[in-house]
Amino acid sequence: MNFNNQVSRIKEKFADLEIKSEESQAGDPYVWVPANKITEVLTFLRDDEELAFDCLSNLTGVDAPPDDLDVVYHMFSYNKQHSLTLKVRVSKSKPDVASVEKLYPTANWQEREAYDLIGVNFTGHSDLRRIMLPDDWVGHPLRKDYQEEEEYRGIDTTRPNLLEM
Amino acid sequence: MGIQTEEMMLNMGPQHPSTHGVIRFVVKSDGEVMTEAVPDVGYLHRSIEKIGEICEYNGFMPYTDRADYLSAMNANQGYAMVVEKLLGLEIPERAEYLRVIAAELNRIISHILSLGAVAMDIGAATPFVLALKEREKVNDLMEALCGQRLTYSYVRIGGVSYDMPPGFIERSLKFLADFEPFMDEFENLVPENKIFIERTAGVGVITREDAIAYNLVGPNLRASGVDWDLRRDMTYSVYPKLQFEVPVGVGSQGVVGDSFDRFIVRIKEIKQSISLLKQCFAQIPEGDFLGEIPRVMKPAVGECYVRTESSRGDMGYYLISDGSKNAFRVRIRTGSFTSMSIIEKISRGMMLADLVTFIASLDVVAPEIDR
Repeated sequence: MNFNNQVSRIKEKFADLEIKSEESQAGDPYVWVPANKITEVLTFLRDDEELAFDCLSNLTGVDAPPDDLDVVYHMFSYNKQHSLTLKVRVSKSKPDVASVEKLYPTANWQEREAYDLIGVNFTGHSDLRRIMLPDDWVGHPLRKDYQEEEEYRGIDTTRPNLLEM
Repeated sequence: MGIQTEEMMLNMGPQHPSTHGVIRFVVKSDGEVMTEAVPDVGYLHRSIEKIGEICEYNGFMPYTDRADYLSAMNANQGYAMVVEKLLGLEIPERAEYLRVIAAELNRIISHILSLGAVAMDIGAATPFVLALKEREKVNDLMEALCGQRLTYSYVRIGGVSYDMPPGFIERSLKFLADFEPFMDEFENLVPENKIFIERTAGVGVITREDAIAYNLVGPNLRASGVDWDLRRDMTYSVYPKLQFEVPVGVGSQGVVGDSFDRFIVRIKEIKQSISLLKQCFAQIPEGDFLGEIPRVMKPAVGECYVRTESSRGDMGYYLISDGSKNAFRVRIRTGSFTSMSIIEKISRGMMLADLVTFIASLDVVAPEIDR
């Protein structure tokens, strides 16, 4: 099923929601979904016979300066051999997105990574801990406004310039 | 009268010979049987995705080597493909063939190392030594091709960095002629061994449903019975011009999706790679090895998600461009990361010694998990 058919099928089901497709100048098109409805939309995408997205290929967070964060879902169907990109946008002051771990078990770790590096708070996640960085790390490095601490547990995080030594 | 036992917590790793890199497992066990093994990753996190935002597009290529150092060619290729797609670049056909040759050679040595490591974790040192010996021969070929033995950076945006040196095809064909009987011998040596079969058959069974739900990719997915290969089903580069089969796990000694199946699928994939290489050497056309590339790379505003079949399976590059010289966001989705996430579930009720073979059979590479 191509992108336009997929979008119209989702719009048919969620007529009252603001679902907006966007095509970039180059590359792949994607769909915006309201952040508070992502579980409903993904449940539909998984269970609908025509769409049948059985695999969450990639989940990641993207900073959207200055005030927002995006969560991107790359869906894929082994059955129908088609894919679809979904995005939700939340504000940095309240970055809550419902966890989809129960729909796609792979989301457990991928959401932990997005929480760790971008700082999206996945509500309802069973084990939302940092995965890459130490538990006592401060900040979320993949945000554009991230300022690295000068030291971590007494270890310098900067290196002297070798040319000036 | 039963013996009283209590659950104990074991710390396996981060430095442990059988974790294949710096990974830690928190094992809860009562005697030999584990209640669970919780993986703790991140020890090798180098923030490659952040570096991708700081480097220019070309400058990031050597970092993709480090994302998966055992299969650097495949990692290079995926990144080059995603940038090319956003730039709208056409790649010379010779360059595409050179990429596939490099990628398949890399797949062979990545798989053979994994096979040797599985055998060694079971206690057989000989197959590992044999595997490393063959790997060295391919490393020599790689060195002839691009001057590097491990982190190649051979694939460049727009093509590859060098053409084949004179005599490369003859050298490679000679290697393949020796390597093919070696693989037959290897197949007799290891998977026919009774101890090997008993240690791997029926161990660490991943069902088809679990494999898809946990987003397992590549050989691990195929061993669970999913007939899916990106090279064939979402084809790219010159793969549509090449003939090959996709091996799938059949549960020949135990159940579909056990450690034995994952081992056999890798052996069969190596054989397919040999055939792919021979076809490439026969078909490769004359021409340029590097296409016309812009001096300053500024892709159009947009985003792209490109998946390629790396040695550890589907490697996804998600790139967002804001039209400047640097990427806005680079995301590398790797096979090892999702393979690790299934261990907690499958390890429940498993024997402690089987965990070692299970991890080895998944072929996880620590830097690829942590990036």
